[in-house]
Amino acid sequence: MNLLLIAWKNLLQRRLASSLTALSIGLGVMLMVLVLVISGAVETAFTQRSIGYDLIVGPKGSDLQLVLSAVYRIQPPIENLPAMYLDELRNDRRVVTAVPLAFGDVTEDGSFPIVGTTDEYFENEYLPGQKFSFQSGGQRMVQLFDAIIGADVARQNGWNKDDRFSILHGGAEGSKHDEKFTVVAVLAPTGTANDRTVFLNLDGFYAIDGHEKPVEEIEKRLRDFYAADADRLQQALTELDDYRRQLDAQEQTGTPAVAPRAMQEVTAVLIRTRPETPFDAISFSADLQKGFQAMAVNPIRPIQRLMTNVVGNVQKALMVMTGLIILVSGVSIFVSIYNSMSDRRREIAIMRSLGAGRHHVFGIILAESALLCTGGACLGWLTGHALAVIASPWLIRRTGLLISPWNISPWELTLFPALAILGILVGFLPALTAYRTNVADALSQ
Amino acid sequence: MSLLLQHVRKSYRQPEGDLLPVLGIEHFELARGEQAVLLGSSGGGKTTLLNTISGILVPDSGSVIVDGRDLVSMPEVVRDRYRASRIGIVFQTFNLLPAFTALENVLLGMTFSGRTVDQAFARELLERVGLGHRLHHRPSRLSVGEQQRVAVARSLANRPVLLLADEPTANIDPANQDLILRLIRDTCRDHQVSLLMVTHSMEAAEQFDRIERLHEFNHPELCHTGAAR
Repeated sequence: MNLLLIAWKNLLQRRLASSLTALSIGLGVMLMVLVLVISGAVETAFTQRSIGYDLIVGPKGSDLQLVLSAVYRIQPPIENLPAMYLDELRNDRRVVTAVPLAFGDVTEDGSFPIVGTTDEYFENEYLPGQKFSFQSGGQRMVQLFDAIIGADVARQNGWNKDDRFSILHGGAEGSKHDEKFTVVAVLAPTGTANDRTVFLNLDGFYAIDGHEKPVEEIEKRLRDFYAADADRLQQALTELDDYRRQLDAQEQTGTPAVAPRAMQEVTAVLIRTRPETPFDAISFSADLQKGFQAMAVNPIRPIQRLMTNVVGNVQKALMVMTGLIILVSGVSIFVSIYNSMSDRRREIAIMRSLGAGRHHVFGIILAESALLCTGGACLGWLTGHALAVIASPWLIRRTGLLISPWNISPWELTLFPALAILGILVGFLPALTAYRTNVADALSQ
Repeated sequence: MSLLLQHVRKSYRQPEGDLLPVLGIEHFELARGEQAVLLGSSGGGKTTLLNTISGILVPDSGSVIVDGRDLVSMPEVVRDRYRASRIGIVFQTFNLLPAFTALENVLLGMTFSGRTVDQAFARELLERVGLGHRLHHRPSRLSVGEQQRVAVARSLANRPVLLLADEPTANIDPANQDLILRLIRDTCRDHQVSLLMVTHSMEAAEQFDRIERLHEFNHPELCHTGAAR
């Protein structure tokens, strides 16, 4: 028998007290594991190069909101840009790719965000060096109401190719649209927000009943947007006048009016500039900054700011709090072992009389304390990850974070040695009491 | 010779600060395999003597030689290990550790001696004391007599040269007293272990060839009565 086994047997002898003490450590570790899992998900989501594009163009407003809505799809969009502006961007010599995104609606099942886009989105890299692949289907969005869905959407809603679904209007009323959409492809998992997004054909998105704004509202927006560009405004207003006439004729003749480009809007545009001239992105962004129509945002910077200023500090605060909880649990181990020492004086004296040295009994008490701490840590670690497994679908739905419940943070690797050291520290005083036990006195009690 | 005590003095400091002499032994020896009983009244220093012989207590002066080595001159850590390997102790209250089974209690005695733990010998000892069928029972599941038999087996686990028994039958019912006493004496005889037993029971003492009396007075001394049966 070695000292560790003797310590283990002693703990089993007081199994209720030992279990409760280990449980208190376990709860602290469980909380820490949950904080680490969620922090890890937040950090992974927000610190990696989040998108395979250089810039995101959107209406003037909060750059963070634009990135969170266009890349992470966890914020409502700011406003819309005229689709005509997309054509202008495409004509810029510095722009290689300009992919439009239109969003605001959600699926009826699972409330997954809807994004209207073009096939170009799937032809480009979603992350640097990473191209989309399909786990089923693979064809493009040819028909107006075709849809491509992310891997999580397919898994959680049980959808597959040829399944049909409805969407809800993203506005405050949350009403259901009449149109039914058909899944033509399911994306392979990407580990990004694309996994929980439903992509619609952009033309289909425009065609959804209720998505078209009144002509007067569009006219007002265009007048604001092109206030400094009389030629484009004139072109847009001409298109709107023509459309008004078509609408009047539609009422009389029934001939459907075809919405002109001026009536269409996009929420954001993903831009890739020429790779051989890295300053293109900077100069393009600076040009937009000078104007008042739109802004071009580097997708990394606002997120880095958010991480540094807010999320990082919250993470640190949570870590400190859970650390304190573990420390308090450590103190409870100390109290538990220390209080038991007076009852165990005779036991210790018996071991001493059998030939155990002072260092033996010292080691046994330290081992008990370390076992309680590491045992509690194992329990807490497993429970924490198990809870993360159970809660991750709900958390993903609620927060959009892609949580990997079994992802082990480097902090967790230090947890066990740290808790063994904590066990040794809190066990030191009781062990010293055992070390100093007067054998003859204790045996005569 | 298994045990030799020379000029052993031991006093305790009283709360008032005075020293209370408890032991004053000029000479005492126990030959290899010899069995002796020590009679004395309560508070007469019997337990102090056993604790001094086993090295749990260090005398104020004198030497305690067990199997040729003086315990008094040893550093504590060496004395602890020496006690584990050379001296077996049977207590009045058995002193089994409740967290461990009968077999584990015997093995525990081996663990601290620094020798290889011999499971087979531990089992053999327990079988010899009639507990081959109770190896994995904890003390709480054993009768009082069985607990003392485990204690006897444990005291012999390291093949000691000297067995110290402190009123081993005091807490046992009369039916079992004889059995335990015979077991201790026979086992010691079979293993050539010297036995020094402390008791206040005349009935138990009469079974021994050598009986010693520890008188209780201010200057205690061990008187060799030479009483024999």
